[in-house]
Amino acid sequence: MRYIPSSPGERRRLLEAIGLRHAGELFDSIPREFRLERPLSLPDPMPEADLVEHLRGLSEQNLDPREAAVFLGAGAYRHFIPAVVDHLISRSEFYSSYTPYQPEFSQGTLQAIFEFQTLICQLTSLDVANASLYDGASALGEGILLAHRARRRRRIVAASTVHPEYLKVAATLTSRLDLRIETLPSGADGLVDPGRLAQSLDPETAAVVIQQPNFLGRLEEVEPIAEAAHRAGALLLVVVNEAVSLGLLKGPGSQGADAVLGEAQSLGVPLSFGGPYLGFMAIRSDFLRELPGRLVGQARDGAGRTGYVLTLATREQHIRRERATSNICTNQGLCMLAASIFLATLGKQGMRDLADLNRARAEYAKSRLSRIPGCRIPHGGPTFNEFVLELPREAKPLHRALLREGIVAGLPLADYFPERKRDLLLAFTEVNSKSQIDRLAEALGEAR
Amino acid sequence: MSVPKVPPKRPEGLLFEQSTPGKRGCEVPAAQVPAAAPLDPRFTRETIEGFPELSEREVVRHFTRISRLNYGNDEGLYPLGSCTMKYNPKVNEKAARLEGFAEAHPLVPEEAAQGSLRVLSELERFLCEIAGMDAFTLQPAAGAQGELTGIRMVRAFHESRGNPRQVVLIPDSAHGTNPASAHLCGYRVEEIGSDPRGCVDLPHLRERMSEDVAVLMLTNPNTLGVFETEIGEICRVVHERGGMVYLDGANLNAFVGVARPGDMGADVMHVNLHKTFSTPHGGGGPGSGPVGVKEPLARFLPVPRVVRTEAGYRWRSDFPDSIGRVHAFHGNFGMVLRAYAYILANGAAGLREIAETAVLNANYVRKQLEGTYHLPYSSPTLHEVIFSDRNLEKHGVRTLDVAKRLMDYGFHPPTIYFPLIVKGALMIEPTESEGIRELDAFIEAMIRIAREAEEDPEILRTAPHSTPIGRLDEAAAARKPILRWTPAASKGEA
Repeated sequence: MRYIPSSPGERRRLLEAIGLRHAGELFDSIPREFRLERPLSLPDPMPEADLVEHLRGLSEQNLDPREAAVFLGAGAYRHFIPAVVDHLISRSEFYSSYTPYQPEFSQGTLQAIFEFQTLICQLTSLDVANASLYDGASALGEGILLAHRARRRRRIVAASTVHPEYLKVAATLTSRLDLRIETLPSGADGLVDPGRLAQSLDPETAAVVIQQPNFLGRLEEVEPIAEAAHRAGALLLVVVNEAVSLGLLKGPGSQGADAVLGEAQSLGVPLSFGGPYLGFMAIRSDFLRELPGRLVGQARDGAGRTGYVLTLATREQHIRRERATSNICTNQGLCMLAASIFLATLGKQGMRDLADLNRARAEYAKSRLSRIPGCRIPHGGPTFNEFVLELPREAKPLHRALLREGIVAGLPLADYFPERKRDLLLAFTEVNSKSQIDRLAEALGEAR
Repeated sequence: MSVPKVPPKRPEGLLFEQSTPGKRGCEVPAAQVPAAAPLDPRFTRETIEGFPELSEREVVRHFTRISRLNYGNDEGLYPLGSCTMKYNPKVNEKAARLEGFAEAHPLVPEEAAQGSLRVLSELERFLCEIAGMDAFTLQPAAGAQGELTGIRMVRAFHESRGNPRQVVLIPDSAHGTNPASAHLCGYRVEEIGSDPRGCVDLPHLRERMSEDVAVLMLTNPNTLGVFETEIGEICRVVHERGGMVYLDGANLNAFVGVARPGDMGADVMHVNLHKTFSTPHGGGGPGSGPVGVKEPLARFLPVPRVVRTEAGYRWRSDFPDSIGRVHAFHGNFGMVLRAYAYILANGAAGLREIAETAVLNANYVRKQLEGTYHLPYSSPTLHEVIFSDRNLEKHGVRTLDVAKRLMDYGFHPPTIYFPLIVKGALMIEPTESEGIRELDAFIEAMIRIAREAEEDPEILRTAPHSTPIGRLDEAAAARKPILRWTPAASKGEA
């Protein structure tokens, strides 16, 4: 086998050295009744050339990303990724290494995590960030657990405009614990009404959860929501699932958020049909002891040199075991590294320019699409790179018709909100050129 | 003997310290459209405080330099027991970067994603065959998330019969995530002891097993690298009282193609794709933790599930008993794809050879080092072997010192201090990715270190000597944690 370096002669030598004649004897400790007496029923081994051909064939059964015009967002965004990102994460010192349990041999990973923690703090305007979580949805789930621990209260109030799949994942994670998640309907403008929110809060509420930009693409006014939450003694958790927006929008920490939980796939991680992605979590330092996941801190060696180590591990399941409050074990190391390289490459001005460009494209699309007779933008007001378009008739058949022309016209919202039969959620990034947007507008105009 | 790498000449400063106002590493495309009217300043920030400003050149140099401070599996033996650091085939990286896969949005209509759906469906089928299970979900993004998913399903099963039960039994040698996952599902955890062979203490299990026990979580082969020979009886004891058996498949590597957990009585299990199926671990992730179940649990699997119909592959969510969703989308598809490629490259014969070689290598290391290092359990070794520092104590040398000194010989240290039931544990897992030459070099280094412990223990206690940085004061770092760069902190250091 090509991935195993032992020759048949070497295998014999190894067997002899341990006093065995046949490899089968290696498994004598496995009871005979459980040993498989036949080969597994799997395809025959494929030489590399055939394997590549097979996989390429499968990849071509997917929509061709170069020919299609895709206006899908809803928590996963296609962005341009500078070549340096893939080049650097492909260095085997990064991608073929493990969790940095031995700091002297892992300073590269540790320093990268420390830099990532800093970058996330800067983007979110908060004090502390961890080394990443599985995805945005698990970040929300862990954020809810954090609020539950920090406040010792059992009620969570979440805006109905938080990503529906995030809420489902959080529900699965917390469903057997002593807490409940309630959703607060948004107003006709697609936003949380701070007055109505304030009325719904009670002394049992541990946290209020909103998303910015929200699932309908609208920008929430964070400060009044934060005030309402804090008045009730609850934390404000802000979900961000389009991290590029933070190049333009205020870091939620500067507007009263106690934690920002989100998805950073947009920062240099390919769409990859949904994963691996990059959940992140940033908090006020008051909640440091409740923060789940890995953390890297600065340390010094005997000669006084600065280095980096995994730290505050007593918070983790390694030590507390059955009393552990989170079972998070891995982080998304390589995706975290991709995001750090992406952010360092774009830098301060690049992130602003990218965010402005995304918004400009979306605003252009808004003006083009809202001019189509019968189409309208149901929730006026500021958005970032995503918005809802209401069609003159049911969205799903139209969406299907456009797919035949190689256009994925966003997400029919009926998939998540059955009453929104005529609504499409459309996203625009720098990869959606003006001509693509014009093509969408024309196709929608003809098909409506 | 491999040569320790030459440490870089100077430490690499942080990104932020190298930043110069006005620099940038990437321009964004031309707008092509009119600029949008500015947003209300209530929403917008002036700038991102402290954000780096670097040229592309500097970014490349920075990350290349810090990469050189890392040790990777491509460089040499990385014998982290229980973590299973094996070779990551390069073709898998190419597979994951094929545009049709890498640029597929998770929410495209099914007809636009037939290739990806087929990969998911076929990998589920392969894993069912390999594990002896009836159905799999690929949603969990890591082994620990898989555990949680599995235990949630067990709980849903018991609830459907009117009583969720209250207790999860876990051997004392288990991974720390096992108890944490059980706890998050609302269970109380009770520990089961190990017998002198390092296996589950069967009389203890019989005594603790009751109608209140929902599930036994078992790692097999366990974290001592020992196969639970009584697995058949263990499963019978648990099943007799209506409990289920969860198999932590972290060590499937040791018997893939040789035996199947489903045939032994496991009702539910997770598989760590990176361990048995070689997906890279990237400095701590991403992982992927698919969960397999026997038929009685299948209706509780997370949604959506991929199904094959005459019209092609489809998503189905109409499973009313499902525990719900555990990932925002479909799990770590990029990892799934790499594992799929790995199984196709190996086939049935290749997978069996992996188990044979992994076990052979571990036994070879054991044979060469026992006598020099103390072997706390003499049971037959599968994929990993555990030593302890007992023979070195008289020289005032501990496991940590051995681990640190190994770096001077150019090897990543084994897992240390785990499992918790062995004092001063050194857990060595060479995996099937090593040939005799690398094994011999490692063994020679370990023997030399044992000799040094006798003759010059100080050189161990102050090791490592050839790494870019010495032993770091972790206690001080935890007392006054510095968890991010701030301009003030950097001045303080200068």
